[in-house]
Amino acid sequence: MSGTENRTPLIRLAKRSEMPPRTIWAIRVASIIVALILGCIPMILTGNSPIEAYGVILKGSVSRPIYLKQTIKIAIPLLGCALAIAPCFKMRFWNIGAEGQITMGAVAATYFALFWVGKVPHVALLAIMFLAGAVAGGIWGLIPAYFKARWNTNETLFTLMMNYIAIGIVAWLQGGPWEGRKGSQLIPMFNDAARLPQVFGVHCGWIIVLVLVVIMHIYMTRTKQGYEIAVIGDSVNTARYAGMNVGWIIMRTMFISGAICGIVGFIIVSGANFTLYKGVANGVGFTSITVAWLSQLNSFAMIVISMILAILEKGANTLQTRMQVPASIADIITGILLFCMLSCEFFINYSLIFRHKVKEEAKA
Amino acid sequence: MLLEHNCAIEMRGITKRFGQVVANDSIDMRINRGEILALLGENGSGKTTLMNMLSGIYQPDEGEIYKDGERIFIRSPREAYGYGIGMIHQHYKLIEVFTAAQNIVLGLDDEKMDLRRTNEKVMEICSRYGFEVDPSRKVYDMSVSQKQTIEIIKVLYRGADILVLDEPTAVLTPQETQKLFKVLLNMKADGKAIVIITHKLHEVMEVSDKVAVLRKGKYIGTVNTSETDPQALTDMMVGHAVTLNIERPRYPEPKRKLVVENLTCVDNEGVRKLDRVSFEANTGEILGVAGISGSGQKELLEAITGLYPVKEGSIRFVRDDGSEAELVGMTPRRIRETGVGMAFVPEDRLGMGLVGSMGMTGNMMLRSWRNGRGAFLRKKEPEDLANGIWKELDVVTPSITYPVRRLSGGNVQKVLVGREIAGNPQVLMTAYAVRGLDINTSYTIYNLLTEQKMKGVAVLYVGEDLDVLIELADRILVLCGGQVAGCVDARSVTKEEIGLMMTQFNAKGAE
Repeated sequence: MSGTENRTPLIRLAKRSEMPPRTIWAIRVASIIVALILGCIPMILTGNSPIEAYGVILKGSVSRPIYLKQTIKIAIPLLGCALAIAPCFKMRFWNIGAEGQITMGAVAATYFALFWVGKVPHVALLAIMFLAGAVAGGIWGLIPAYFKARWNTNETLFTLMMNYIAIGIVAWLQGGPWEGRKGSQLIPMFNDAARLPQVFGVHCGWIIVLVLVVIMHIYMTRTKQGYEIAVIGDSVNTARYAGMNVGWIIMRTMFISGAICGIVGFIIVSGANFTLYKGVANGVGFTSITVAWLSQLNSFAMIVISMILAILEKGANTLQTRMQVPASIADIITGILLFCMLSCEFFINYSLIFRHKVKEEAKA
Repeated sequence: MLLEHNCAIEMRGITKRFGQVVANDSIDMRINRGEILALLGENGSGKTTLMNMLSGIYQPDEGEIYKDGERIFIRSPREAYGYGIGMIHQHYKLIEVFTAAQNIVLGLDDEKMDLRRTNEKVMEICSRYGFEVDPSRKVYDMSVSQKQTIEIIKVLYRGADILVLDEPTAVLTPQETQKLFKVLLNMKADGKAIVIITHKLHEVMEVSDKVAVLRKGKYIGTVNTSETDPQALTDMMVGHAVTLNIERPRYPEPKRKLVVENLTCVDNEGVRKLDRVSFEANTGEILGVAGISGSGQKELLEAITGLYPVKEGSIRFVRDDGSEAELVGMTPRRIRETGVGMAFVPEDRLGMGLVGSMGMTGNMMLRSWRNGRGAFLRKKEPEDLANGIWKELDVVTPSITYPVRRLSGGNVQKVLVGREIAGNPQVLMTAYAVRGLDINTSYTIYNLLTEQKMKGVAVLYVGEDLDVLIELADRILVLCGGQVAGCVDARSVTKEEIGLMMTQFNAKGAE
C-alpha cells in the first residue's frame, strides 16, 4: 500500500467555497500590483530603472492639466466602447466587431458633417450626427445578430469580418466620392459647426460617456431588458423556459451595443479627429474588450480601468521621447495586467492542493 | 491469488460519491476475456459511473481495480488505453470535419501521420471483425451507426482488448443493431473482454454471456444469461417493493384538466422522440410517468410547455368552465398570457429552471419579470416571495441574494419547486424532482406535490424510482421508446409489471 500516496497527482485543484466580496476585490487590487511589479522586468531588460520609468509614465500622463486632458481624450472612446460591448458579453454574445461599428457610426456622422453643414444650425447638426452615428452603428451590429438569431452563425467570426468591410468602405470613400483635393486620398476637415464644443478644455464627449455610464448601469441592473440579458448569459435554456424570445433579445441588444459604438465613432470624428480616415477606430474596439473584461462588466469600474489604460498609453509615449524606451512597453504592461487579473479570477475560484499537504492531513 | 486465468479486470469495493449522493457503493465485479458482459440497471443505478472509473474519467473514492491480478491505477483515459481498456461513450467524441482515419489516429503522439499505413491498419481491423468503413470519408457524411463504428475502431486501433460500450444500441435501427452484435460476437471470439451497458432486456438475452445487475448504486449480482429470463432480471433490476409510507389521500371529484392526443415529436435528426402519445391528466391527481431515461419524458413535458416543437397531435387545456384551449403552436409566453396556469420543474434545474448566478430574488423574477408597466423591474414582490420560500421551505442560504448555483442540490430544488408552486398553477409538471436529494428533502417535495394535488392541481410526476411512483401517484403512465406502453392504476399495479412494460413493450411490438 506504500505506493498509493505517490500515485496521487503532485498538484490538484479544488473548488473554493465562496469568498466575501471584500477579499475578492482585495485579491483583484493585489493582482494589479503584482502586474506592475512584473512590468518592471521588461524595463530592466531594456536597461531602464523601473521606478524612474513608472515616474515618467505618471508625470507624462497626469502631472499637468494639458497632459491630463490628452489622457482623458484617450480614455473617452475606450470607456464608451467598453460600455457598448458589456451587454453583449453579459449575454455571452462575443461581439468583437466594435471596431467596425465605431467606423460605421463615424461614416454616418461624417456624411452629415460634410453635406449638411450650413443647412442646419450648430446644435441641430451635432444632434443629427449623433443620431446618424447611433443608427448606423446599430445596424452594423444588428446584421450579425440577425444571422445569429436566424441561422445560428458564429458571431465571433461574423462581427470580426464586418470590421474589415467597414474599413474597406471608408477606404473607398477616402479615395472616391468623399475625397477632398483630387489625389490626396483624404476627406476634408470638418467645418467648425460639425465639431463638438469643449467643456473644461476637453471636447464634451466626456460628458456623453459619463452619462452613458449611469444609463448603462441602470439599464443592466434595474430594467426588464437588462434582466433578460443576464438570464440569457447564464443559460439560453432558462431564458426559453421563462418565455423569453432569445433571438429577438440578441438582436435588440446588439443594436443597442452597435448604437453606442456608433456614438463613440461620432465622438471620435467630431471631437478629436475632425475628419474621417481608415484608421478612425484605431484599435479602440479591441482595447475596450480588455477594459470591459478587466472591470468585470461593471460600468463604474470601467471608468477606472479605461483611465489606467489611457495613462499607460499616454505615459508610454512620453517614455519613448524622454528615455528612448519603445512605446510598446505600454502594450506589454497591459498584457501583463490582463494576464494577472484573469489568473487572479482563477485563484478566487480554485485553490491548489499539493501532494505533501494531503499526506500530512492523512496523518493528522 | 485465486484468479481464473481468463479474468481480465476485477473491481473490488469500488465506491464513488458525488457530494452527498453515493453513485457506486462498494461494488465488486469481474470482467472476463472472451465474454460479453451486460451491465444492467435502471437510470441512476450507477452503471456509467462505474465504467467511467474503468476508463479513467473518474477515480474511485475507495476500492481497488486489478488487471490480470495486478493492481492498477487509472488516472486518465490515456492511461486506460495503456492498460488496454477502451470505452465507447453514448455521445460520440469525433471531429466532424476530419476523415475517419484522421479521427482514429487523433491524439496518438507516438505515431507520425502516415495515412497510408493507418488506412492499412484500419482495413486490417475492419476485415478481422467485419466492419464496413471507408477510412477517407469525412465524419459529417456518416450515419450515426457509422460514427459508432469509427469509435469502436478507434478503440481497437489503440490496442484495447477490454471494450466498454455505453448503451450502444440506443441510437441504432434494428438492422444496425444486428450488425453491431455480429461484430461484438467476432470480437468475443477473438478473446476480447466486452461490457455493454444497457437496459434493453431482449438485447441482453440475445447477445450477452453474463449479466451483472446494479440497483441504486449497489451491486446485486451476476448471472449467466443462459440460466435466467427477463422476468428474473427485471426483479433483480427493480428489487422488491419497499414501503415508503407516503401519504396518498384521494381527491373527491377529479375532472379532466389536460388532454393529450396523438402527440408526435421528432428531433433534429429525424428520430421520433414521441410517437402518437395520448393520455389525460385530471385535477386532484398525481399522474406518474415511468420509463427508462430517454423514452420521451423530457420531450413530453417540454412539448406541453411549448418548448419542444410538435409535429402532430393536440394538447388541450380544459378550463374550469369546461371549454378547451389548444396549446400546440403556442410559445411559452403565449401560453401564460392566455391564462393557462402551468408550472414546470425541469430536470436540468440550474440549466433550465433557474439562473445559477443570481440569488433567490433574481430567480423568483424568472416567472414575474414582465409584470408591471414600464421598462423597470419590480423587485419588491419577488423579494417578498423569496423571503417567504426561504422561511417556509427552510432553504439553507446565507441570504436571498446569494447565487443559487452555490446552494446544495436539495436547496436548489426547494427554490425551484417553491417558485413554481407559488404561481398557483392548475397543471404542475415535475421531471425527476427528487433526483440527488436526501430522504428528508425528498419527502418535503412529495408532501408539497400531494398538497398541490389536494388543492385540485393536475400533477405530472416524471420519476425514475418505481417504489416512489407506486406510492405517490394515483395513476402511472408508462412510456417506452416514445410510445405509451400503458396507463395503470398505481394502487393496484406492482413494480415488476411496470418494469416489464418499461423494458419490453418495444420488443413485443417488433415481433
